[in-house]
Amino acid sequence: MADTVNSVHLNVARGANEHPVRRFFRATEIDTRLLGMVGALMIIWISFQISTGGLFLTPRNLWNLTVQTSSVAVMATGMVLVIVTRNIDLSVGSVLGFCGMVMGVAQAQILPQYLGLGHPAIWAITLLIGLVTGAAIGALHGVIIAFLGVPSFIVTLGGLLVWRGATWFVTSGQTVAPMDTTFRLMGGGTEGSIGATASWLVALIACLAIVWALLHARRQRKRFGFPRRPIWAEYVLGGVGCALVLGFVAVANAYYWPANIARKYADANGIAWPDGGLLISHGIAVPVLVAIAVGIVMTFISTRLRFGRYVFAIGGNPEAAELAGIKTRWVTVRIFTLMGALCAIAAAISTARLNAATNAQGELDELYTIAAAVIGGTSLAGGTGTIAGAMLGAFVMQSLQSGMVLLGIDSPLQRIVVGMVLVIAVWLDTVYRARAK
Amino acid sequence: MLDNQTPLVEMRNISISFGGIHAVDNASVELYPGEVVALLGHNGAGKSTLIKILSGAYKRDGGDILINGEPAEIGNPRDAKKYGIETIYQTLAVADNVDAAANLYLGRELRTPWGTLDDVAMEAKAREVMGRLNPNFRRFKEPVKALSGGQRQSVAIARAILFNARILIMDEPTAALGPQETAQVGELIKQLKREGIGIFLISHDIHDVFDLADRVSVMKNGQVVGHARTEDVTKDEVLGMIILGKVPPKAIPGPGAMQMA
Ligand SMILES: Nc1ncnc2c1ncn2[C@@H]1O[C@H](COP(=O)(O)OP(=O)(O)O)[C@@H](O)[C@H]1O
Ligand SMILES: [Mg+2]
Repeated sequence: MADTVNSVHLNVARGANEHPVRRFFRATEIDTRLLGMVGALMIIWISFQISTGGLFLTPRNLWNLTVQTSSVAVMATGMVLVIVTRNIDLSVGSVLGFCGMVMGVAQAQILPQYLGLGHPAIWAITLLIGLVTGAAIGALHGVIIAFLGVPSFIVTLGGLLVWRGATWFVTSGQTVAPMDTTFRLMGGGTEGSIGATASWLVALIACLAIVWALLHARRQRKRFGFPRRPIWAEYVLGGVGCALVLGFVAVANAYYWPANIARKYADANGIAWPDGGLLISHGIAVPVLVAIAVGIVMTFISTRLRFGRYVFAIGGNPEAAELAGIKTRWVTVRIFTLMGALCAIAAAISTARLNAATNAQGELDELYTIAAAVIGGTSLAGGTGTIAGAMLGAFVMQSLQSGMVLLGIDSPLQRIVVGMVLVIAVWLDTVYRARAK
Repeated sequence: MLDNQTPLVEMRNISISFGGIHAVDNASVELYPGEVVALLGHNGAGKSTLIKILSGAYKRDGGDILINGEPAEIGNPRDAKKYGIETIYQTLAVADNVDAAANLYLGRELRTPWGTLDDVAMEAKAREVMGRLNPNFRRFKEPVKALSGGQRQSVAIARAILFNARILIMDEPTAALGPQETAQVGELIKQLKREGIGIFLISHDIHDVFDLADRVSVMKNGQVVGHARTEDVTKDEVLGMIILGKVPPKAIPGPGAMQMA
């Protein structure tokens, strides 16, 4: 009893002396690392906004940024799990290319023969074929790594060459186009966005989910008598979360259809053309929705399921995980299978966006994916990393690239900048971790 | 007193080698319910390797393991746990980057009816068990990497006793601990012994374990020098077994006993 009283006193004393900023972060349990990344993103945005003379922070550019990020962001979520277990996957770009080509041929050449061109089921069957292909390739990599003991670096370096070569063989190097009209919705664009009303609905659901999650967590902790966050911290978290969601949707809805498309739409639907032009909101793009859904599912897998727990345990100490009775090899196989399936989803987004499947699709994407995960806080030493961080990392990289394109910087120089940013980001992270110890 | 009882564990003529090194060579040990057997020997004598065979971490090259007199198939750590064998490894095999509750339940997580991890239930149980073991433990939300040696040790011990072990293996459990924590572990061992659990207690220092053990088994160069009841031998005699392989009169010699000329 005396013990508890003492410790309570201690806590109170500590709370009083603590710097308000530090107390804020401790109470809200906000990851300061993630916050650092948001800060970096803000700096990048504002710098580009100034140097482009106001071209960067426009609804149109921000909306495009989210669409351009989706494909790499989807793969980065899987790369986190791969890197957390001290593996690497260098083949994701080639697997994307191969899955894209397989899906291209399936929807443009094979399925229409049986179902007829434009059949509504084509996109779903195509996607399924892609997912199975990607998962099978990933599983193959995983089995070779886990059961034959070949290092993942080598297996996936081989995969990088093999699947790029295999992509060529599917069509003897020919580009496949166009894609199925429904399938193309996954690529975004004017058609592939859900519009203002649906976007607000998504925002509403997201806000409700945030509030519910906070309430549920608090109730659970109360039930078991665990320490809880101060109530103001809960309000801050809920408020910031909802504000971010609403802000994002507001931006997406502020980007209107281009005038010519809007006019065509107005003509087709017999709408009179108003004086100021017809303002139809894009809303959230379908690929962005897909990426967000993937992010949520992957976060769920990595934090709420046993599989995810094992992934992190293995990353921290493979021997301890094995001794605890975890079937570490199967976990490895499952991680790479998942990675393969995610490559297929990324391939669907990228072929749909391009409206074609090409030989070179996804080239260099492995590097951007790894860079996104690492910039997003995934440690190459294994054991740490978050899905949200990796997706944010992808967003940071894409922001850099788009900004440089807007500034008219040549692509060789773009690569130099991206390369340097990667090194600097990891160096900063090393410094941060050393200080946190 | 033990002669007419079936041993809880019987390891018979166990051998294993790594490359050319016979890490364990024709070693036999046994353990009865409610008994503490100290496994003694120099560093490199083969103690850890022998018990890792029992805990499923290594596969033996030869020999038999009997649990309650029945031959046991132990091919991996999961098999060993099915027989109620729990192990606290010398290397403190904890997953550094997950928290205490996750470590306690690693490989045997509690799940909700939806199949998701039941983290609150695990944390509740972790708080209960850790509260008994180490009342000062507060850092439930941090990865165990951030904990002190003693705290990590209590996590490893809590994990071993959480699942109603019948056979407990403790490989140098007090190596990283201060005097007070060492005494706590001693108390815990006595309590577990009263509950009828059989304990293999490994050490390279006899002073650590002599008072706790009912019997000692001494290893040297992978072989068993001999077994003795603690009450039949002095510390000096046991030291003679460890250092020279010299077996005192009241001890039972093993294959590694010094050959008397
Ligand atoms: N995994 C292994 N690979 C190779 N040699 C090993 C391995 N494990 C143990 N050994 C060797 O086996 C011998 C016994 O080691 P160990 O059982 O750890 O001794 P103890 O625990 O008694 O100090 C040592 O010579 C050690 O080098
Ligand atoms: Mg040892």
